[in-house]
Amino acid sequence: MNNDKNLYCIAATFNTPDEIINAAKKVSGAGYTHFDVNTPYPVHGMDDAMKLKPSKLGFVTLVMGLAGASIALLFMYWSLSIDYPLVIGGKPYFALPAFIPVTFEMTVLLATVSTVVAMIMLFFQLPNNKHPLHDTKYMKSVSHDKYGILIETNDDKFDEKEVENFLKNLKPLNIEYIYYPPEETYSIFQPKFLLLLAGIALVVSGGTYFSLNKLMFMTPFNWMMDQAKLIPQKGSELFEDGFGMRKPVTGTVARGFVPYPYKGQVNPTEVLANPFLPTKENIALGKAKYDIYCSPCHGYFADGDSRLRGQFPNPPTLHSQRARDFSDGMFYHIITNGQNIMPSYESQITRDERWAIVNYIRVLQRAKNASDADLTEMNKEAGSNVAN
Amino acid sequence: MNIDYSQETPLIAGRLDLAQIEELIAQPMDTKPDRKYYIALSISVTALLIGAVSLGLTFYYGIGLWGNNQPVGWAFEIVNFVFWVGIGHAGTLISAILFLLRQKWRTGIARFAEAMTIFAVMCAGIFPAIHTGRPWMDGYLLPYPNQHGLWVNFTSPLLWDVFAVTTYFTVSLVFWYVGLIPDFGSMRDRTTSKIKKTIYSIFSLGWRHSNRHWSHYEKAYMLLAGFATPLVLSVHTIVSFDFAVSIIPGWHTTIFPPYFVAGAIFSGFAMVVTVLIFVRKIFDLQNIITIDHLEKMNKVILSTGMMVGYAYSMEFFIAWYSGVQAESFLFLSRAFGPYAWAYWIMVSCNVLIPQLFWFRKIRRSIPLMLIIVIFVNVGMWFERFVITVTSLNRDFLPSSWAYFTPTMYDIGLLIGSFGFFFTLVILFTKSLPVVSISEVKAVADGAQPTHHGGAYHE
Repeated sequence: MNNDKNLYCIAATFNTPDEIINAAKKVSGAGYTHFDVNTPYPVHGMDDAMKLKPSKLGFVTLVMGLAGASIALLFMYWSLSIDYPLVIGGKPYFALPAFIPVTFEMTVLLATVSTVVAMIMLFFQLPNNKHPLHDTKYMKSVSHDKYGILIETNDDKFDEKEVENFLKNLKPLNIEYIYYPPEETYSIFQPKFLLLLAGIALVVSGGTYFSLNKLMFMTPFNWMMDQAKLIPQKGSELFEDGFGMRKPVTGTVARGFVPYPYKGQVNPTEVLANPFLPTKENIALGKAKYDIYCSPCHGYFADGDSRLRGQFPNPPTLHSQRARDFSDGMFYHIITNGQNIMPSYESQITRDERWAIVNYIRVLQRAKNASDADLTEMNKEAGSNVAN
Repeated sequence: MNIDYSQETPLIAGRLDLAQIEELIAQPMDTKPDRKYYIALSISVTALLIGAVSLGLTFYYGIGLWGNNQPVGWAFEIVNFVFWVGIGHAGTLISAILFLLRQKWRTGIARFAEAMTIFAVMCAGIFPAIHTGRPWMDGYLLPYPNQHGLWVNFTSPLLWDVFAVTTYFTVSLVFWYVGLIPDFGSMRDRTTSKIKKTIYSIFSLGWRHSNRHWSHYEKAYMLLAGFATPLVLSVHTIVSFDFAVSIIPGWHTTIFPPYFVAGAIFSGFAMVVTVLIFVRKIFDLQNIITIDHLEKMNKVILSTGMMVGYAYSMEFFIAWYSGVQAESFLFLSRAFGPYAWAYWIMVSCNVLIPQLFWFRKIRRSIPLMLIIVIFVNVGMWFERFVITVTSLNRDFLPSSWAYFTPTMYDIGLLIGSFGFFFTLVILFTKSLPVVSISEVKAVADGAQPTHHGGAYHE
């Protein structure tokens, strides 16, 4: 034995498929376990001759296929029924028949791709171009037209002389000793390699930046933004006044418009009467609208405690005697018309909502200015002394 | 020409041994291309460039360059898409369905047909992508978490199409590559060039022809075939849903899925025969891709052609039998309206001409079968044209009826897709084994042990 080389296996080659089947039977029959047969194509009956167990690859396919189906279904359920429910073509949110095609495709995709990846990476332990068999005479003949069998040194029963005699008894074409190739080591920190990595990183990130932030805004990619149409607030040469947007004809009245008779008056001598009763629903609407439109300046409880941190002057509290003495119509007038620095909310809050806000302000005023007599009243209504 | 059909014909003619088979298949890769190769390549690259220019102009000016109008919003580009996806069906059919049916004659043609599948699906994929008008926005077709908080519409046939075609492409590619691994191993061990050896080593992943691997490999091949079979049927089914799920008369038909699948196999086989006739001649593969292979494929063409013919007549029958006025009108207008010329080209190319394959002499005559399969290719393109354009050009409102005429850009893109396909095919024939080396070796005379009778016999 050559001492400076490490033996991997002893291999024998044969000329016909019958011989190799026979050889495989003999080798497996003699109790060797770390042996292999190399043939240019799968030879029928070899698995039995080598006493190989049936491949377990099917389990990978089964598990990943089921995973593909359930991932696809769950994802479609989540995205179309929970995350962004949309009715499309009158179908229910979970439209199972319409989900079948994508579920099927995902099942096939995941099952096949993972079967192949598992086969190559797990079952074959490939890629492996450093295997001792590569570039041997044995490998070249078995990938061409010969049939080979080899017994590895890490077999428990391996004994060099014995194995050689055993293989010779099978009358092979020839016998070959295959050694481990000398170890080759490369450092990944070679400057050339690092430079290549840096180059790739630069090209990929630069390319991404350029295409997303620059290219998409160049001709012709920007042609969707450049359209021959009028957009709001833009000028137009077509009209004499140069405005793109047109004013309605003088005297045009919008649908549902009811003129407010006291428009523009600072201290109106008469105001409208509140047409709404302070029902539960009306006050709930009023609270919702108050919280949106009024509370930023007036505060949630109308204390005049603005949340604007001095960016806009604080309004006075609505619990002052003056404010409590305002009629409902006066509050309505102030919301509609504006007062002092407060702008008009006519265009933002509908008539009914304005009245609802007025009702809600009354609730706040009543709550903030309660007296002891109210407690007695309340206990009487509740039938107990909860308010104590 | 007396053939005994009661017995299997030999899969490989001329009693080649393993070394000769490998020599024969590897020859195109070991030799330098000749003048004929460059002439063929320059023709197909010219066609490809015509397509590239049309595509570039379409990108720049938009799809207004095409002949599409109102109401014909789907025209050449959708026709081409369905045509190419259909062509792509032959490969997986041969490699998966015939594998499961234990048809050993598939080994000689499977690799080539799979490659054609991949190239045809690549051609097909271009068209819906550019039909969106702004192909650089096609990322929106994928369900990815985005700043709009929106998801794609999983209930739309157009989205099913995205999933079906991408899955089909991926699975076909994986299937093809798995088949190629042992051949890369053989190529690695026979080549003398250092560059080639590096390339083959990388792609062979260090394959060692080990039987412990073959055992899993054969299992994996069967699993893949098992999945690819329903997949190939699903793809054209889903493509037909693009039409059938709408409510346009002429499209809204339940016969569409099987009809499309039969048509796809029909056109795919025709294309495979067209290309194989040249490849077996040029690369001297007559012994591996024998006349028997071609005859078997012609039989498939004959039978699927009759299925397609049955579908044509059944469409007419249902249009009358359903009593739906719009439907009957549309079918009459297909056969006798403004596009009658296209309809009768389709019927004669797809139904009448393939009937000649009933005659054995024609089935086994190279020049005649070449003419017939080219007619089938033309006919199947026109079938998609008839389905798409004639259903749209006369919609529910007579005032909006319009005749579709393709522009030079439409035709340029069609020529370009053929250029793309044939360029890839031509490059493939010189760079990869066009026939599976390991599979053909496995079915050669005396390649399997004699005592293992029954599974294979001469």
